[in-house]
Amino acid sequence: MYAALWHRLPGPNVLKAVEVLVMLGVIVIVLFAWVFPWATVHLPIDNVTVDSGSQSMSTPGPPPGGQTE
Amino acid sequence: MAEGSDDATGLGTANAVRKRHRLAKAVGVIGELFVTVGVVLLLFSAYQLWWTNVIASGNTSVAREQAKEYIQSPSAPSAPSSKPLNAAFPRGDAFALMYIPRLKDHVWELPVVQGVDLENLTKGVGHYPETAMPGEVGNFAVAGHRATNGEPFANFDQLQAGDKVYVQTPQAWYTYELKVDRIVEPNAFWVVDPKPLPAGVLGSDRIITLTTCNPRWASYQRWAFWGVLTNVRLRKDGPPPELEL
Repeated sequence: MYAALWHRLPGPNVLKAVEVLVMLGVIVIVLFAWVFPWATVHLPIDNVTVDSGSQSMSTPGPPPGGQTE
Repeated sequence: MAEGSDDATGLGTANAVRKRHRLAKAVGVIGELFVTVGVVLLLFSAYQLWWTNVIASGNTSVAREQAKEYIQSPSAPSAPSSKPLNAAFPRGDAFALMYIPRLKDHVWELPVVQGVDLENLTKGVGHYPETAMPGEVGNFAVAGHRATNGEPFANFDQLQAGDKVYVQTPQAWYTYELKVDRIVEPNAFWVVDPKPLPAGVLGSDRIITLTTCNPRWASYQRWAFWGVLTNVRLRKDGPPPELEL
């Protein structure tokens, strides 16, 4: 897969290496700027608030009468 | 990888060799996919453990300046009224600073931002907008990250009953004393109710609630810590001396 990609890149090896680095950079930027933030919202990590209905995690509903342990 | 020009010479074996070659190629691609997934997961870890903190650190600095400017603005009322702050404060704006000596590494001059969405929680702690403002009758409830995104409540497990929480607003320095904590389900919105606990447990109607995730790196539960207002110092009297600011 990556070997085929390498063969298809234009230019001499040095240029190919530069092209690969640029592509890796773009991929990392896309991951950090869009993919990971999106994934974070959809993963059950990082949630620190009791549900106020603003985050569609569980049904808002009336507060369960759980005030007494 | 080889380009497929190294076929064996015998006619009978050529087919078998080509077949094995194709299989090796397929295995190679699958292996590369696994490695790729592994690298992406490593990058995701780096994003969570490092990059969210970098972003949050910048956001917190901006929010801190905003809060200071607001607190020190000459137009701000200097004495608490029945409504110390406008509860309809714009979402995303910082309106107070929080100090918790027990959590001094993280919660010191920490901005309190209106709203608890992910974006706001990168700026400091977020104030549940439907709850009371500092010093008011009711429940001044805030949420903070315990891991990643600046993690102001990273050491939440070190908090003890009796610990003080100081909140600075344009009007006053409010001192809360923590009393009771409980681990609850994520949908336990009652913890930020004006009276979340049976009468007498907290013994005051001016309370504070800190919420964060539990366990620290998973967050399928929430951890709530309640406290009561024990002291109010007007702005003109300066910060509480025990803070040694």
